[in-house]
Amino acid sequence: MSPAPRSDWRPGAPLETLKKRAQLLKGLRAFFDARGVMEVDPPLLSRAAAPDVHLRSLSVEVQRPGVGSERRWLPTSPEYPIKRLLCAGLGDCYALGHVFRDGDESSRHQPEFMMLEWYRLGLDLDAIMDETAALLGEMLPGWRVERHRYDELFAEFAGIKEAYEAPASVFRQAMEAAGKSVAGVDAEDRLLWRQLVLTEIIEPRLAERELVFVWGWPVEEAALAALSADGRMALRFEVYAGGLELANGYQELREAGAYRRRFTAWNAERRARGLPEMPVDEALLAALEDSGGLPACAGVALGVDRLLMAQLGENDIRRVVPFAFGEA
Amino acid sequence: MATYSTNEFRNGLKFLLDGQPCVIINNEIVQPGKGQAFNRVKYRNLITGRVLEKTFKSGEKVEAADVVDTDLQYLYNDGEFWHFMDPESFEQYQASEAAVGDNAKWLVEQDICNVTLWNGEPIAVTPPKQVTLEVVETDPGLKGDTAGTGGKPATLSTGAVVQVPLFVQIGDKVIVNTQTGEYVSRAKE
Repeated sequence: MSPAPRSDWRPGAPLETLKKRAQLLKGLRAFFDARGVMEVDPPLLSRAAAPDVHLRSLSVEVQRPGVGSERRWLPTSPEYPIKRLLCAGLGDCYALGHVFRDGDESSRHQPEFMMLEWYRLGLDLDAIMDETAALLGEMLPGWRVERHRYDELFAEFAGIKEAYEAPASVFRQAMEAAGKSVAGVDAEDRLLWRQLVLTEIIEPRLAERELVFVWGWPVEEAALAALSADGRMALRFEVYAGGLELANGYQELREAGAYRRRFTAWNAERRARGLPEMPVDEALLAALEDSGGLPACAGVALGVDRLLMAQLGENDIRRVVPFAFGEA
Repeated sequence: MATYSTNEFRNGLKFLLDGQPCVIINNEIVQPGKGQAFNRVKYRNLITGRVLEKTFKSGEKVEAADVVDTDLQYLYNDGEFWHFMDPESFEQYQASEAAVGDNAKWLVEQDICNVTLWNGEPIAVTPPKQVTLEVVETDPGLKGDTAGTGGKPATLSTGAVVQVPLFVQIGDKVIVNTQTGEYVSRAKE
């Protein structure tokens, strides 16, 4: 029998990069420490999972004494347990840890990656964008920041007015005009055609910019953000760094019933698409019901590996982590 | 018919698109944090050679293309088709002008070429990296120039025209790089 080939054990990232990574983590903690925001470390193995239609959660089997085999879910973000802590009265807090999203392994994404997520009581969308800009200003000094409402980008880069209300044909024609060929999308699926205009026409143009805040997302993409008073848009923003999605934040949805309705609707959508339904976080729903809803707050999730990529001008996520997924 | 789902996409995968065989050159997954996943695919149409892009909704399926690359010996041209033979099975194939294209000028009888077969029919022919051809026409040039500093056009037996050094004469055999179309050296007899 021939010996097994010698395993490549060395880290994919230069040691100098790992030192920069440690400094970044230290810098992030210092930012929140200076603002009196405390660190929390929510569990990684949960009974519940995010039912968002497009998120793919990973799970593990655990043997519980006296209970037997139980499936537990790895977090796609620490959002649900942190919201339980907020309902319990914890106040401003952040979590810095690994999260898991199945489906892609590339230069921009790994199934396991590091996320910073923080929550601030009493902040609205504008205020949390200001704080995010302050944090990025410290981590990416000198980067130019711009803010655009979602529909302004559609007007500027795709010539589409009324991005919130326009029918599928408008987005489809913009794709055709840009010479973009698409397979498998129903002609009348306006949400998908709109998403394609964003990812195939607009985002490549954002690569020419530095830090771009895009706020006021369509209500269909509200996730767990609150809606504007006129119900026209979600109080949600995304930050792109050189065209790469870096952070996603909300002025948070507060009402317990709204959470249950959105979770139920997402699982129904999963059923309709033949995707597995996810176990709903009943503990979160109970926390929201018992405390009269989530305290008024805003929260942001930020991809730490991508932030380090931006800092170092590195274009492959596999070179900013100690061991990439393929070598883990 | 075999099919591939987008999660099986990888470089080199051969599939049918609008009835034509294509090969994936680059496959990139595009997944917004909160959105539907897509595969942004760069592919080459194996018939036309054109490189194109298409964005596939994740979960879409494509039909597999029965495309194989195989080494065949070039036999002869009958005026319409180029005939090849599998040196092991002795099975013969005929390639059309569309399949041979510009490479016709590099086909030398008995040479082993790489032939792409789609459903058993040749759709592309790749000649060896270097071929040896006879010069059938060129200016006599300067007799004394053996350093090969200058150059002149020479027509080869297949009709190919290449730049050769001045010392190369009609009747000489020369080695040519088929990828660049450049003269390499005189062939030793």
